[in-house]
Amino acid sequence: MTWIFENWDRFWEVTEVHLRLSAVPVLIGFVLSIPLGWLASRSATARAILFPVANILFTIPSIALIVITPVLIGAKILDEINVIVPLVIYTIALMVRSVADALASVPGHVTAAANAMGYRPLRRFLTVDFPLALPVTIAGLRVATVSNISMVSVGALVGLGGYGQLFTEGYQTDNSAKVFAGLIGTVVLAVLADGLLLLLGRVLTPWARTGR
Amino acid sequence: MIEFRAVTKRFEDGTIAVDELDLAVEAGTITVFVGPSGCGKTTSLRMVNRMIDPTSGTILVDGKDVLSVDPPTLRRGIGYVIQQAGLFPHRTVLDNVATVPLLSGWDRRKARTRAAELLEIVGLDPAFGKRYPAQLSGGQQQRVGVARALAADPPVLLMDEPFSAVDPVVREDLQNELLRLQAELDKTIVFVTHDIDEALKLGERVAVFQTGGHLAQYARPTELLAAPANDFVASFVGRDRGYRTLTFLHADVPVRPVATAKLGERVVVDDWTLVVDSENRPRGWLSGVDGEVEVREQDLVSGGSLYDGSTLRGALDAALSSPSALGVAVDESGAVIGVVQADDVISALAKARAAGEVPK
Repeated sequence: MTWIFENWDRFWEVTEVHLRLSAVPVLIGFVLSIPLGWLASRSATARAILFPVANILFTIPSIALIVITPVLIGAKILDEINVIVPLVIYTIALMVRSVADALASVPGHVTAAANAMGYRPLRRFLTVDFPLALPVTIAGLRVATVSNISMVSVGALVGLGGYGQLFTEGYQTDNSAKVFAGLIGTVVLAVLADGLLLLLGRVLTPWARTGR
Repeated sequence: MIEFRAVTKRFEDGTIAVDELDLAVEAGTITVFVGPSGCGKTTSLRMVNRMIDPTSGTILVDGKDVLSVDPPTLRRGIGYVIQQAGLFPHRTVLDNVATVPLLSGWDRRKARTRAAELLEIVGLDPAFGKRYPAQLSGGQQQRVGVARALAADPPVLLMDEPFSAVDPVVREDLQNELLRLQAELDKTIVFVTHDIDEALKLGERVAVFQTGGHLAQYARPTELLAAPANDFVASFVGRDRGYRTLTFLHADVPVRPVATAKLGERVVVDDWTLVVDSENRPRGWLSGVDGEVEVREQDLVSGGSLYDGSTLRGALDAALSSPSALGVAVDESGAVIGVVQADDVISALAKARAAGEVPK
């Protein structure tokens, strides 16, 4: 802990990087998962392709994916995109299934009623299906966010890891206080982000807590 | 108002859900589609607002081919009530009811004002408006479903087994409420059910569908009971259809005097005595005992159904269900006016038949 206070500027700097490198992929991945999850919830063919692909992508070790990405996309070394792209892939791999399950959890009689009231498809999706899918979607988003926060550290291998930098530097200089600082940072960040999403979910879905 | 012309629906797997249906629903009436599952009644209903499109044939609503109108536009002009109500769980009751007006482009304030009016029309306290559907009972949800279907004041209302998921007591309330509403609103209502009693109670005209999507008979309830078109209709209407016919007869049954007593009184009870409360409403029966006794709550035998002077069926049921074989007749306030006997109901039926009042 003392390391954190003595090196506050440095700690804050890696915190900012860590936050950015985890939040940006979650946002991008989440937005991309919505149409993909919708497709998977609608079509058995899409599901038969998307779910296995998502599973395979998720089994690729994060180290391998992060090391290979710069080669594949031809980005410059130390470009944050080298970490963002793999994490977007992981987020999508996790969230496609969540979004599909969430949309499938919307009761059939509700969507049938919406059609019968005269909703057009896009408006129905935005104002009926998606809001009703939020509780399950947000549960998936919390898992994806926490897992991203933990995975960002692997980016230290390509020189971009937020708290991961503290791990590698601490390991190389035999400075366990530095490693410990990175650990605390990661955990605190994960707990805060998770709590924030939980709260957001409650605010967005007041109806979900009104049992009979 | 709604016309089916040679309408056939064949599903992709080859099953014929509706077979060459020709039927005209009169404006301003409740028409009930009834039949066993798989008879095509629900498919027929759903073709009216294009939830399902026919394989061949034409459906006209108000003279206009429904296939010529784009489905969302068509549906906003046709009220729809489904089983389980299908309310939006994430919207308050008020916003649920305001759905169609909002879709049709009304401003929010006007839509909500209209929604609040409708809650009152269907007999719900406006305070329910702020609740979510999960906070309502099944019967209340179904009322909200009806209010939502009526919100944009559509001339046509489609009701797809709307009351089948609620308990019998609530169902009867909802049925009576629908009849009351219809007397005020005069909509063209198509109502689907598998319950023949519900069909006979609500329908001014009843279409009996037969397995395979055939329309077996389309007639008034009395005709259906008196002259089933074929064996299927006869068996579907049921063995006790003679008894059901009594529902539609309103002949006079003599109401005879009955010995009554109040709780706590000391009386001589030689025969069945009807015990009433301070407002003369029936509490139960006391069977004959020797000598004078005090009328005590625990000695009462509970009574049968009450006859309110409406139909012969009510009179006969009151007599048959009473432990004393005397059916208790009550006035509008529920006070005892006398008793009816089964024999008298049978005589009244014979007289009505002789007078040609019983449909053949």
